[in-house]
Amino acid sequence: MSTVLVWIETHDGNARPTSWEALGAANALASTLGASVTALVLGKNAPAIAQDALTRGAAKALASDDASFETYRLEPYAALLSALVKEHAPLAVVAVASSAGRELLAASAADTDSAMLSDAIELGAVAGNVTVVRPVYAGKILSDAVAEGTAFVTVRARAFQPAAPVGGTGEVLTVAPVLAEASIAAKLESFEVEVGTVNLGDAAIIVSGGRGIANNPKDAPAGTDKPDVWKAKDGFETVLKPLADVLGGAVGASRAAVDAGYIDYAHQVGQTGKTVAPDLYIATAISGAIQHQAGMRNSKVIVAINKDGDAPIFKLARYGIVGDIYKIVPALTAELKKRLGK
Amino acid sequence: MRIVTFTRSTPDTAAKVEVGGDGAVTWGGAATVVNPWDEYSLEEAIQQAGKAGGKSAAIAVGAPMHDDALKHALAMGLDEAYRIDDAALDATDSLSYATAAAAAVTKLGDAKLVIFGKESVDVGTDSHIVQTARKLGWTMLSYVSKIVSVDYAAGTLKVERLVEGGKQVVSASLPAVISVMKDINEPRYPSFMGIRKAAKASIPVWSLADLGVSGLRAKAKTTRFANLPARTVEVEMLTGDPEDVAAKLVDRLLAEKVL
Ligand SMILES: Cc1cc2nc3c(=O)[nH]c(=O)nc-3n(C[C@H](O)[C@H](O)[C@H](O)COP(=O)(O)OP(=O)(O)OC[C@H]3O[C@@H](n4cnc5c(N)ncnc54)[C@H](O)[C@@H]3O)c2cc1C
Ligand SMILES: Nc1ncnc2c1ncn2[C@@H]1O[C@H](COP(=O)(O)O)[C@@H](O)[C@H]1O
Repeated sequence: MSTVLVWIETHDGNARPTSWEALGAANALASTLGASVTALVLGKNAPAIAQDALTRGAAKALASDDASFETYRLEPYAALLSALVKEHAPLAVVAVASSAGRELLAASAADTDSAMLSDAIELGAVAGNVTVVRPVYAGKILSDAVAEGTAFVTVRARAFQPAAPVGGTGEVLTVAPVLAEASIAAKLESFEVEVGTVNLGDAAIIVSGGRGIANNPKDAPAGTDKPDVWKAKDGFETVLKPLADVLGGAVGASRAAVDAGYIDYAHQVGQTGKTVAPDLYIATAISGAIQHQAGMRNSKVIVAINKDGDAPIFKLARYGIVGDIYKIVPALTAELKKRLGK
Repeated sequence: MRIVTFTRSTPDTAAKVEVGGDGAVTWGGAATVVNPWDEYSLEEAIQQAGKAGGKSAAIAVGAPMHDDALKHALAMGLDEAYRIDDAALDATDSLSYATAAAAAVTKLGDAKLVIFGKESVDVGTDSHIVQTARKLGWTMLSYVSKIVSVDYAAGTLKVERLVEGGKQVVSASLPAVISVMKDINEPRYPSFMGIRKAAKASIPVWSLADLGVSGLRAKAKTTRFANLPARTVEVEMLTGDPEDVAAKLVDRLLAEKVL
């Protein structure tokens, strides 16, 4: 039976939660194509994660916990994936459009002279050929595309329903690495974990702050070099972070806040930052420039808190509050603690 | 020795992009800019070529509109600019593009490092970056935030990469293709002299035949562009003192089932 291959991305011995969305997308595509799903799981704990993939609808799983797969690296992963694609000629290869997923699938599509369709938000088939809908021009318009032959598809995080455990069964086969460690050029020398930050792309709730966060009523300690930077950082730490924490969410930011040095670039949402689509996006002291909108307009529910009632962000929001974030946000955090029993 | 970078012109990021009645994408006469991500790759190419005592070259693939980006590159101080234009590239996919890009790097003959921006802000697939590396058979290191060291004689490279959840230091071998993030440098502005020189420069245009590439056929095809479905949300403004609006908002969010 023809198959749809899905790469379950792992991190530190766990499946990335959005990988189950890729499996969900693959399951649906396979049933449209009359195919079955094969999951590929590499890295620490791969056999157990492969079992999990079987319970979530994959008919078969290929797994390897070889040391060369411990941390994702393009060379060993692509060498194996390309070899598997040549051997099995799947109808499609699906993964979540994370940085690793995008890179791995594109590389393997090049190795096997196949079609690459990235960032799909819808997936289908016409006459046996895989089709996608993907946002382009920073999400300002959509494009439809179709693949000929094996279709490598990355699916945007939070665009597909994750595959739920349905008690499926099947077999896990062990696959062997194609490249020996000695012939892999890229060596990981060190990894510095960024503590305490949720991955923005995976977050179900995001609380973002903009330039206005520098209007902190607290005074910077005497002699502080850049008082506005101190005030903004304090605002992110003591006002926005607690709100994100009570919601179990992540902290985002506008480019103006990042460029001013208020917070790291890793938090930037927008056209030249991350594109996100959480269930809830709370924009605080952000005006809502078109470049910021490009990164968050597909959020399910948008809340805007801004002291300027004419700010463009209110045109995008479901709920709007005109006021000072330093008054509104602490009240909101307190109310949530009470109501969510935290 | 050359450091090669790829760039293109993209619609101004503030432009209103729409699909017209004829199905074509328009941005209402707004200007194009050099792809914002490429300011960093162009800057890095200048710096790395300077350190290595080599030349920096920028290449654009596509129509004459991309000459603007190449002129920006020259005005910043890159040494050379080339454009690849061929009717056969009109409706192609990332792999055809990568095949042409790799052939252009090979044609230059003495490149050791190819630097891309993270993605382009318009079509933004970024797939062809890694595909160019695979077509060349070179090392690929994406999301580079710092080149820690590079030794062309020894053929070694060490970089810092921004990945989900943290920062990696990776060592690898040259030749290599990298894509760079905005943390890597502070792009310079084109100088007055640079702008004058760039305005006068003539940019060589290569066809696929010049690159020795034939038989490109897209496996992935764009069939249609469409405007976004109209956003139907209507904003509800919540008013009252902070405690009131907080309570009202929590009520709404609980009802929306997003908490
Ligand atoms: C090439 C390019 C790429 C870009 N990419 C991005 C991107 O990826 N992401 C991005 O965000 N931007 C991007 N921008 C920048 C974008 O155009 C805007 O400049 C930026 O989004 C503005 O950020 P802001 O809303 O925080 O700041 P501002 O526009 O200055 O807005 C600050 C807001 O805070 C409000 N405010 C101030 N104090 C308070 C307070 N105490 N309480 C409540 N409200 C308050 C003000 O009313 C105002 O609306 C890009 C621009 C360019 C040219
Ligand atoms: N037609 C093109 N010519 C030259 N460079 C390009 C072209 N398209 C994309 N690039 C560059 O490739 C990188 C990734 O772009 P993209 O794949 O479009 O996201 C960016 O640095 C772009 O500037």
